[in-house]
Amino acid sequence: MDNFTVGVVVFPGSNCDRDVSWALEGCLDIRTKYLWHESSDLSGVDAIVLPGGFSYGDYLRCGAIARFSPLINALDEFVKSGKRVLGICNGFQILTESGFLPGALVANKNLNFICDDVELDIVSSKGGWFSNGDEKQTIKLPIAHGEGRYHCDSDTLKKLVDNELIALRYKNNPNGSSFDIAGITNKRGNVLGLMPHPERACEEKIGGTDGLHTLKSLILK
Amino acid sequence: MDQFAVKVFIRLRPSVLDPAGEATKFASIKLGAEGIKSLRIGKMIEVKIEGKGENEVRKKIDLLCDRLFANTVIEDYEYSLEKL
Repeated sequence: MDNFTVGVVVFPGSNCDRDVSWALEGCLDIRTKYLWHESSDLSGVDAIVLPGGFSYGDYLRCGAIARFSPLINALDEFVKSGKRVLGICNGFQILTESGFLPGALVANKNLNFICDDVELDIVSSKGGWFSNGDEKQTIKLPIAHGEGRYHCDSDTLKKLVDNELIALRYKNNPNGSSFDIAGITNKRGNVLGLMPHPERACEEKIGGTDGLHTLKSLILK
Repeated sequence: MDQFAVKVFIRLRPSVLDPAGEATKFASIKLGAEGIKSLRIGKMIEVKIEGKGENEVRKKIDLLCDRLFANTVIEDYEYSLEKL
């Protein structure tokens, strides 16, 4: 992959940063670099992953405090330049709290922390984050969250549908998300946020490889 | 400088399901409480803050509520303010 480097952001309370790094380096031979949240230097980084976990202990709201870190402030320019940003689970929550993606993620309908494999329909191929853009295609990825119920108002939902920004929908909605939404992109397609964990589905030994394509697509221009 | 005690109340918007409120309502009924029609859980934040008069302090609190204390996609807020 030449010198292409994916920055993996580490907040106090991140706990999937090493999983993401392992999946990228070990399974895909893509170089990674940990980025401490207090750094705003994104030079030498070609794409960014905001990993799962509990940044700042989920205080106030999930992702609410992380939004004010120097790194997230620097992300605006990074996104505007067209570089790719992937927010997984807590990373998705941070992307909505900071306004890179619309809507919000709130407590699961049944209040359970759900840790399971789920079937997902690929709805949109925007940004090329999922294999071949076949609208009927289904993948299976693990989820692990207590606050993953996607919520938005009806106007926002209409915009998501009209602009083909809904990337993934749950086949059997586990958490009460509006319109079964599991992942969305921005209009340009270079920012994806999703609750499922692609980095935990990158090797047959641990249950599947349906997450590989999403991580591999970080290197797309 | 004047000092104010501010109490900020943050509530989930009526359109947002509150499963914790529903669970607490269920438990309240199990406890034997009668007549509960609705139960929703919010947050209260207490702030002591200095400023040049009430207007300036209100501006600061509005900014805090809008940008940090509440996520206005899912929550509404209101606050009361008392000069100390």
